[in-house]
Amino acid sequence: MNKILIQGNRVIGEAAIRAGCRFYAGYPITPQNELTEYMADNLRKAGGTFIQGESEIASVNMILGASAAGARVMTSSSSPGISLKQEGISSMAADELPGVIVNMMRGGPGLGNISPSQGDYFQATKGGGHGDYRVIVLAPASVQELADLTMDAFDLADEYRNPVMILADGMIGQMMEPVLFKTPKPRSYSEKFHLRGCGEGKSKFIRGLILDPLHEEEHNWKLHRKYKTIIAREPRHETFRTEDADFLVIAYGTAARVAKGAIKRARESGIRVGLLRPITLWPFPSDAVRSFAGKASKFLVFEMSTGQMLEDVQLALGNSEKIHFYGRPGGVVPAPVEVAKIIAQHA
Amino acid sequence: MKQVFTRPKSLKQAVFHYCPGCGHSIVHRLICEVIDEMGIRGKTMGVPPAGCAVLAYNYFDVDMLEAPHGRGCAVATGLKRVLPDRVIFSYQGDGDLAAIGTAETFHAANRGENITVFFINNAVYGMTGGQMAPTTLLGQSTTTSPPGRNALLDGHPVKMSEILSHLDGTVYIERCAVNSPARILQTKRAIRKSFTYQIEGRGFTLLEVLSHCPTNWKMTPVESCKWVEETMTRHYPLGVIKDIPGAEKGKKDK
Repeated sequence: MNKILIQGNRVIGEAAIRAGCRFYAGYPITPQNELTEYMADNLRKAGGTFIQGESEIASVNMILGASAAGARVMTSSSSPGISLKQEGISSMAADELPGVIVNMMRGGPGLGNISPSQGDYFQATKGGGHGDYRVIVLAPASVQELADLTMDAFDLADEYRNPVMILADGMIGQMMEPVLFKTPKPRSYSEKFHLRGCGEGKSKFIRGLILDPLHEEEHNWKLHRKYKTIIAREPRHETFRTEDADFLVIAYGTAARVAKGAIKRARESGIRVGLLRPITLWPFPSDAVRSFAGKASKFLVFEMSTGQMLEDVQLALGNSEKIHFYGRPGGVVPAPVEVAKIIAQHA
Repeated sequence: MKQVFTRPKSLKQAVFHYCPGCGHSIVHRLICEVIDEMGIRGKTMGVPPAGCAVLAYNYFDVDMLEAPHGRGCAVATGLKRVLPDRVIFSYQGDGDLAAIGTAETFHAANRGENITVFFINNAVYGMTGGQMAPTTLLGQSTTTSPPGRNALLDGHPVKMSEILSHLDGTVYIERCAVNSPARILQTKRAIRKSFTYQIEGRGFTLLEVLSHCPTNWKMTPVESCKWVEETMTRHYPLGVIKDIPGAEKGKKDK
């Protein structure tokens, strides 16, 4: 197979179709429109269903229905639209329905702007909608990784019967990079979870409403046990130049790319600095972060926000004076040289 | 002895939670009778709403997928597009369909989704205790319009069936009631027609049922049936609002 040059938003669509996604509903919002447009053209050609929903709310509820019917499903949006989708995401988590939700983050709060940002970390990793639930959150830092993680997202969603979110930003969505598609795994999702009409058999129902508090409590604990399994099995991270690092930068997505450039510069001036890049934001790779507690004497959390992942790092390491933070919220992407200066200040 | 009346097979052996005199249980039963008579239980799937009928999955013995409040037509769209040969119905109240779910209903109708919507209009939010609905009549007293609905302050009662009938995607819309034996029989005929049209792939069908709510109207069941006849039907006239029997068949089932 040959590498192709493809844009981030479009690669999600292509990877999803290759992974067997056959139902997509979405509503236009910048900076993720190329994904919706890609699906309009190519998903229908692949025999799937594309619907341009009348809203993000309608779109996410359409994929809820299609997922229950047994299709691999996806919807996508950007920050303000993801807020609208939370009702459906919470419902899918309650119903234990698999599905992939893409958030190409932009500056917020409110309508904010259309520039790359990482302000939706809390919303993505701490629930987002109402109720006691979690969503698996994957944070790609390149177009290649977008392709890989999109395919993984469908498998994870099926395995845990839970929504999976791909959390990237307008920068990764808009840029083009060479990509080699991996071969998707065959789908393993039991038909017993499908709702397709009962035939001659016993009828089933899928519901989010459980009026009896004791039954709802039992359902919550059941979900909780599932989340604990995910926490034990699924954290992913990457390290970069950490072999001799005394100084650890922790950053994800676009911020991690900027941090790599900054680290190369800082190393030229003799600072022994490395990067830990969480790939799963929920479950957060706490053990990996903690493994540096004895090795590094300084930590810098760098985010394109005012500090959200910072709290998970503090939870992993204990709130320590060793942990520093640098953030640029509102859609600002700092240059590596700027972050290199921050590293030098703290080194 | 010949048995002439029995519980429909598609209706579970469960005690309805509905208030005495409520119209929901009549409509449930009628839908189940039609499902039985058409022999479509195995391929029929329902989408219950949030509202009084939220527990409908306890009564309909067909596969059911509960929708978040107002999203019935979006959820049903997802089901139907993946399973075009199933008979999909969304069962919604007036707050669900005509307030919070207006957009989902309007656009599913406009896309001509090949689904059937049962729209239960009792002019009040029942489950939450009798608040003003989008369909509450002018002058009607509710817990959030105590002196009676005032058009200047509260707006006008929405005629969803008439509004949806203007959309090219809708093929059959009728308004019925269940306040008398004759009306009940007409409602049953309309349910059968809706399902028949859907099976033929004609497009969006909606059946509005004026349903009595003695509890929240603070009336006896008999008074509430009379109120439907004498007051509700004046604003919401019964009958076929749109019927295009010659609509293109199979256009929605890819």
